[in-house]
Amino acid sequence: MARAVVTLPAQAKRGEIIEIKTLAQHAMETGFRRTQTGELIPRDIIRRFTCTYNGTEVYRVDLHPAIAANPMIAFSTVATESGALTFQWVGDNGYTVTEIAPIRVE
Amino acid sequence: MTTRREFLVLAAAALAAPTADAQIGPNQAALRKAAYEDALRKVVGGAQVRSGRVKLQLPPLIDNGNSVPLSVAVESPMTDADHVKAIHVLTEKNPLPDVVSVRLGPRAGRASLATRVRLADTQTVTAIAQMSDGSFWSDSAEVVVTLSACLEEGLI
Repeated sequence: MARAVVTLPAQAKRGEIIEIKTLAQHAMETGFRRTQTGELIPRDIIRRFTCTYNGTEVYRVDLHPAIAANPMIAFSTVATESGALTFQWVGDNGYTVTEIAPIRVE
Repeated sequence: MTTRREFLVLAAAALAAPTADAQIGPNQAALRKAAYEDALRKVVGGAQVRSGRVKLQLPPLIDNGNSVPLSVAVESPMTDADHVKAIHVLTEKNPLPDVVSVRLGPRAGRASLATRVRLADTQTVTAIAQMSDGSFWSDSAEVVVTLSACLEEGLI
């Protein structure tokens, strides 16, 4: 089940800044909405997104209920060496999704 | 089984909700202002925030506040000596002032962020960047929201 999609170039030149686009599948329930009978729907969001490049954290995002459903996060990083980028989404109710993308740097 | 009285109360609440929040009462407005100032203090401490170097992009007129494209770019060489440490986005009138906080460093290459946010009302959105030398820079954008997020109470 693809719960997250990551787009980035498969190869890059050393020192090049690459664009990364990520999309996770999640309702991002705010905790402010009510059902028809007036009961509050409990909060259920992704709280943190991290991107690590060969074990080094390069980008970290703290998300709040004001992030739209199916959070899209686009950012950039410097292609330093060949290896793998790990993307992790962690949220309420034990939500954890990890995606790994390889990259070749020349 | 829903009685006629319950139904009328619910219907009235559903009808009243959008207008009630678009023109929030003085009490709630003050509370949200206090919450915003609290959040701002948490981000910058006592430091001075100067305007400039940050570019916050949002559409000026928003039809649907449930998904609004937002992007922030900060002018910085992003070297070890001079880079952006954090980017924060705050709103004045959302139920919670915090929208998103980013931690980054020279490895990011460019200090930028693009995402989609929810906006509850016509308001000012502020992006604040913290530099490696400890200074804070910001940019604000005024937005007009036609259909608010977080207000579909009783309608789902």
